[in-house]
Amino acid sequence: MIRVIVPYHLKVLANINGEVQLDVVDPATQRAVLDALEARYPMLCGTIRDQVTAKRRAFLRFYACEQDLSNDSPDAPLPAAVAEGKEPFLVVGAIAGG
Amino acid sequence: MSRVRVLVGTRKGAFVLTSDGKRQRWEVSGPHFAGWEIYHVKGSPVDPNRLYASQTSGWFGQIIQRSDDGGKTWYQPGTPPGESTTAPDGSPKGESNKFVYDTSPETGKPLTTHQWYDGTQHPWEFKRVWHIEPSLSDPDVVFAGVEDAAIFRSTDGGTTWHELAGLRGHGTGPQWSPGAGGMGLHTILIDPTNHDRMFIAISAAGTFRTDDAGKTWKPINRGLRSQYIPDPVAEVGHCVHRIALNRSRPGVLFMQKHWDVMRSDDAGDTWHEISGDLPTDFGFPIEIHTHEPDTVYVVPIKSDSEHYPLDGKLRVYRSRVGGNEWEPLTKGLPQENCYVNVLRDATCVDSLDPCGIYFGTTGGQVYVSPNGGDSWEPIVRDLPAVLSVEVQTLP
Repeated sequence: MIRVIVPYHLKVLANINGEVQLDVVDPATQRAVLDALEARYPMLCGTIRDQVTAKRRAFLRFYACEQDLSNDSPDAPLPAAVAEGKEPFLVVGAIAGG
Repeated sequence: MSRVRVLVGTRKGAFVLTSDGKRQRWEVSGPHFAGWEIYHVKGSPVDPNRLYASQTSGWFGQIIQRSDDGGKTWYQPGTPPGESTTAPDGSPKGESNKFVYDTSPETGKPLTTHQWYDGTQHPWEFKRVWHIEPSLSDPDVVFAGVEDAAIFRSTDGGTTWHELAGLRGHGTGPQWSPGAGGMGLHTILIDPTNHDRMFIAISAAGTFRTDDAGKTWKPINRGLRSQYIPDPVAEVGHCVHRIALNRSRPGVLFMQKHWDVMRSDDAGDTWHEISGDLPTDFGFPIEIHTHEPDTVYVVPIKSDSEHYPLDGKLRVYRSRVGGNEWEPLTKGLPQENCYVNVLRDATCVDSLDPCGIYFGTTGGQVYVSPNGGDSWEPIVRDLPAVLSVEVQTLP
């Protein structure tokens, strides 16, 4: 079971309360987690990853275990603590600045 | 008595303003989609309870929303409330947010580049939907004008979208370039007497027309003169801000260009300037009185460098003779210290008699004139910056 936390606006869009818990087949990767998230909440398709390229949207970041995983390969295994459900996988909106 | 419903898109959500036909007392609902940029909200002329909204964000991309009850409730087409969010085969829905440029062999012209700011060629990249235009005959058919400039059509109520690739494919696409606000297709007009004829406008490419329901397109910019491009009378490259037509006379078009107010009497084949005695002919919106096809409205602002009213006075200008002779309309509008702008999709007219005129400002005011522009009242004063205003006249 993987725990995922998405930004406020995406929670509202998908009517999510709190964190999302997803069953993801091993190995747990960014791609597998986001595929599962979009399968559960199709209204999030395109909001985290580009619909065509599947690349992370520019102003979103992926954090877990106090690490920035944003530029990791989408097929790299996530940290064990995320895969085991001990730590959440965080989708974070970049600070707007100004 | 008839009613009106005003659909307002702002930088931070959508608002719905309703009134009876007197247009004096208003109810305000919203924000819908709070915190998101709502570029445009528009209702189907066939089914007024069918509304479409373009919800967009620099962080989260493009969302299409739809209401089937006049804006009380909304959902993303393809994932209605209470229905499964996956298709029978288990694959996710969510196609309504997907705008993919057509590169299929069928079009014969897989288009990949347009002109970039530095003169090099740049790939087409979808950013957002600027304008939604429901069909005049079928509530499930709707068009979307997008940035980077292209036109898409949905025939299933916004669930899936497909590009009308003949526009980008007609040949001048590689010469189009973005203006400061991006390369958006911001205006879609459907000829009410011939639905196969449509007009669109792009900043900064110009105006185009199809006569075969979007299969093929041609530039219609003859007569435009733009000093800011290398060839001032080029076939494309003009920064057209807005075009308008009156449904009783769809062969006559009016245009607010970057500079210059223009008119065409031959469905866009040729244009001539009608700026006449305007104090400045720079502006964004242009609108036509519902019942008087020669009564035209513009909101001049100082210049391309200073996007606010001249002398701090917010004035709508009206021509009753199809251009050249303009009168300022000021009653009820601020005449000192006003430095707001009115964006291209932020004016509209209802179909009551007398005709109501509406506009929203970047300062968050939405004004109504229930008497064709003679006097104005604010409906609301403190919304987020207004991006678009549409009105529905309801029985």
